[in-house]
Amino acid sequence: MEKPQGSGDAYWRATLGLLTTVLIIWFVVSFGFGIILQPMLDSIMLGGYPLGFWFAQQGSIYIFVALIFFYAARMGQIDRDHDVHED
Amino acid sequence: MDLKTMTYIVVGATFALYLGIAFWARAGSTGEFYVAGGGVHPIANGMATGADWMSAASFISMAGLIAYNGYGASLFLMGWTGGYVLLAMLLAPYLRKFGKFTVPEFIGDRFYSNGARIVAVICLILASITYVIGQMKGVGVAFSRFLEVEYDTGLYIGMALVFFYATLGGMKGITYTQIAQYVVLIFAYTIPAIFISMNLTGNPLPQLGLGSTMSDGSGMTLLAKLNLVVTELGFKEYTTQTMAGRLDMFVYTMSLMIGTAGLPHVIVRFFTVPKVKDARSSAGWALVFIAILYTTAPAVGAMARLNLHATIQTGEIGSPEGNLSYEARPQWFKNWEKTGLLQFEDKNGDGRIQYYNDKNPEMVKKAESFGWKGNEMVKVDRDIIVLANPEIAKLPNWVIALVAAGGLAAALSTAAGLLLAISSAISHDLLKGVFMKGISEKAELRAGRISMAGAIVVAGYLGLNPPGFAAGTVAIAFGLAGASIFPALMLGIFYKRMNKEGAIAGMVAGISVTMLYVFQHKGILFIKGTEFLGDMGPNWFLGIQPNAFGAIGALVNFAVAIMVAKMTTEPPQHIQDLVESIRTPRGAGGATH
Repeated sequence: MEKPQGSGDAYWRATLGLLTTVLIIWFVVSFGFGIILQPMLDSIMLGGYPLGFWFAQQGSIYIFVALIFFYAARMGQIDRDHDVHED
Repeated sequence: MDLKTMTYIVVGATFALYLGIAFWARAGSTGEFYVAGGGVHPIANGMATGADWMSAASFISMAGLIAYNGYGASLFLMGWTGGYVLLAMLLAPYLRKFGKFTVPEFIGDRFYSNGARIVAVICLILASITYVIGQMKGVGVAFSRFLEVEYDTGLYIGMALVFFYATLGGMKGITYTQIAQYVVLIFAYTIPAIFISMNLTGNPLPQLGLGSTMSDGSGMTLLAKLNLVVTELGFKEYTTQTMAGRLDMFVYTMSLMIGTAGLPHVIVRFFTVPKVKDARSSAGWALVFIAILYTTAPAVGAMARLNLHATIQTGEIGSPEGNLSYEARPQWFKNWEKTGLLQFEDKNGDGRIQYYNDKNPEMVKKAESFGWKGNEMVKVDRDIIVLANPEIAKLPNWVIALVAAGGLAAALSTAAGLLLAISSAISHDLLKGVFMKGISEKAELRAGRISMAGAIVVAGYLGLNPPGFAAGTVAIAFGLAGASIFPALMLGIFYKRMNKEGAIAGMVAGISVTMLYVFQHKGILFIKGTEFLGDMGPNWFLGIQPNAFGAIGALVNFAVAIMVAKMTTEPPQHIQDLVESIRTPRGAGGATH
């Protein structure tokens, strides 16, 4: 088992920071806009979609996809910054 | 060419393709059998994960659930996609770094305990078997329509096919077959949706069509029109109805999300890619492929509901000529009556079909004044919405045949993935890991195949006595996985202090609470009559339905695990080093045992 080189704690802190950011967005678009705030947002229309309904059935899914790729790219950068990337 | 011949040709051709691939990529070693040798490209893996993930429940049941629950069914859409965000960030890369074959193996090593491993195996089997029931039902429904046989016969044929298919493949065969199955199922799902969206709104993209104006000249948006149609018949307003309130929806969504991240047959997909980096992006690709279907499903559900009511309620509500005469019912209606999934009863003897909500007192009063004596569509199984949709929309025969093939692809690919998870838990974790450490690779492979056969028989029995329609059953599996496996994995990675006592106590508490709650309302082992509290709103804890209880189970798991861990000794140094090691990507090798 090799130990992380030197900056282990800083690397983990950076990782947790990124996780927190992504999880907040994840929560807000689905549980926030899609469920809790849906009745309010529905008074706004997005084309033929009530906005809250759109977040619940379309928008949150698109944002989830974007979040994962954002996470993967940022995480790759964090790996390189702390010299723990593969190959 | 008639529909039946066409369906035989299309379904036969896809089966030949799968069998060819499964034969070409059959597994020679346990490494190939469990994790496809660990060398699958992340995009290919994402596509296979999509097929593995999108089950009969997604393909067949989900649009039906959406059609009947409208906004309330959003919980399935968000729940079954949002989990991938958790999976990509919280579990997949770390488990890939750990680099073993199965989920219980991680739990056994991380918590330095065969006991923890066995508890994980039990949780895995409970969740996976529950999940397989849903697939079996899906196979039965698709076959019964396709071969025009009874549901039971369809189920037996499905069991035989899945058995042949799953034992031949192994993870390597399954992965490459699933890529083909993904292509079949996504075409089968989107092509009818495009046609229907064109018909109703003139917009070929269903995702946009659902938010467009109707092309019937009424000038109304599709959703506004649908709201009007269903409320006039006494049903709840489509874009605002919920299944059991907003709190239930919140908790249910959470259960499905953490269940997604805790389902072993999904997690194990990320053991098959070459690198940690690939595990992260592969989850993203998987979600792209899943999102294509999941963003189409709301359009399919809404448009099917609209078409179904338009077929039956042909004229003004209450006018004598306003309802479809039973004699004039279309061919698809007759076809589905044969399967028993669609039933009509002429309650007022007028020879016409009245389809409305007879549970709504206001509507009942109105209906009485029309001479209606109750809803005459006594059974409209939600599962037929997708399968009957192209027929209801009068699409050409080849589209209908393709949908049958797609439904079967979805059910078969998921069943194969689940059966592999079950059989590897038994052969790799129980036999090789605990009870027969000296077992040879060949004997381990054989044990895996035998346990697969056993799992199919059990799943088949439960498929004949199903506890609800397919997606309902599947939702319980998510609750079980979310309440047991997800917290154990997360604590294992993110809480270095977590020890074996805490993890075992947490898993046992989480899954017990969830199972008791389900059994209390749905019968012990789902056997009708053994429930001790009726399955209805007033009996539910805070109004949360049993399917949604996994999130509460997970909370119990986290709380119990952390409390117990704090009261007992911390894990040994080499385990804490192991946790450090899985947190950084460098040095990830191939999956080994």
